[in-house]
Amino acid sequence: MDFTLKIWRQKNAEAKGSFQTYPLREVSPEMSLLEMLDYLNTQLIESGKEPVAFEQDCREGICGSCGLYVNGRPHGPARNTTTCELHMREFTDGETIVIEPWRAKAFPLIKDLVVDRSSFELIMLAGGFISINTGGAAEANSLPVSKINSDRSFAAATCIGCGACVAACKNSSAMLFAAAKIAQYALIPQGRTEARERVENMVRQMDDEGFGFCSNTYGCEFDCPKGISIDFIALMNREFFSAKVCGHKKTSD
Amino acid sequence: MKKPRKSLSSLSQKYIMALAAIFLMLFLIMHLATNLLMLLGDEGEAFDRAVVYLGGNGFIKIVEYLLFAAFLIHISLGVVLQIINTRARPVKYLKAIRTETSLFSRFMFHTGVIIFIFLVLHLVNFFFVRMNWVPLPEHALHSHDFYAMAIVLFQNPWYSGIYLVSFVFLGFHLKHGFQSAFQSLGLNHSKYTPAIKLIGTIYAIAISVGFALIPIYFLFFYS
Repeated sequence: MDFTLKIWRQKNAEAKGSFQTYPLREVSPEMSLLEMLDYLNTQLIESGKEPVAFEQDCREGICGSCGLYVNGRPHGPARNTTTCELHMREFTDGETIVIEPWRAKAFPLIKDLVVDRSSFELIMLAGGFISINTGGAAEANSLPVSKINSDRSFAAATCIGCGACVAACKNSSAMLFAAAKIAQYALIPQGRTEARERVENMVRQMDDEGFGFCSNTYGCEFDCPKGISIDFIALMNREFFSAKVCGHKKTSD
Repeated sequence: MKKPRKSLSSLSQKYIMALAAIFLMLFLIMHLATNLLMLLGDEGEAFDRAVVYLGGNGFIKIVEYLLFAAFLIHISLGVVLQIINTRARPVKYLKAIRTETSLFSRFMFHTGVIIFIFLVLHLVNFFFVRMNWVPLPEHALHSHDFYAMAIVLFQNPWYSGIYLVSFVFLGFHLKHGFQSAFQSLGLNHSKYTPAIKLIGTIYAIAISVGFALIPIYFLFFYS
């Protein structure tokens, strides 16, 4: 297969970027999009040019490192697929493929297609954990969890934190990410102890990072590679309301 | 350690937006129900009685202030949210977005602006007259005689046209807004959400068509 690639090139955060066009011939339809970029980079290096920088790690769709905005959609045209698992056979021969980095104020660009997603880490640090500081794992049967909640918590926990929801959202909102991370704890008893603090702190951190707000267009759900449901955003909203209305006033430590 | 809040959190603002929206949606039902009395063919007698009654009712007066507050909150917060959301993506994508979303959901701000312009016009036509800020049109018996004003206004095809177009956009706004308000309040449930979406669609169509009947009646069927 032959393609014309239009890729965003930017030397560093301060430099002015632009789109560069690269014709690429004899691409195997079995290649993943990242392998196709490896193939391009080999040719660029051989001709003494700077290779295209992009993030990747596991290449099996679970690490959340890769994330490219391909032809107007995060992770490209296939649904429930990460960029690394997107095969070139999803495209038509001779097509022009436009590859852009995630665009959001909260994801500042580092180089070419690499963006800084530390804002997600900071949201996690604000409450995306359960504080169990001591002791071994408790006997599992002493903490009953209903099947439905266990399943839903796990469905939320499949979020790999890639940022596709932010990239897909017209408002660059991180609500689907935050909601998934809040829901995965809110639905199981271990997470209930800190549930109210967690939702307040994580939402506050999300706001401070400069993400947009939710307009309920549900674009995030459509383009999430893990198919995270917007039901979790509603759950986050409920959790937040309950924390604000039923939570106690904060006492100084 | 924690920084003090500069403003209301994103979710609180969404809650306020949704609550104001629900109040406004209830008002639209009330407003439409009253307006449909104009179609009874009794030269506006029933409608006039309803308007005079509502205008003199103390409870309605209080609700009217709440209504202005709801409009003010919903509109100003809508503008604030639009600014925040636009700023959240300083560099736009080159390729047109292909993520599938419902058409109406993407243009809530735009349809909102059109409805706002309509609202200003609508207030100038009717509310300002009642407040004696604008002189009474001919044939009107008293400042509550909206029936006479409606005859004068809607027999002008341009005028009716503006109203009809505005109702189409109002319908678009409500189509997304109805279910969106429930989602923002966290009222999403595997059993009830499909019903909420269906009711939202029926509501949006009923409100637009219902209000549209009035200019259509005066333009084509009233003589």
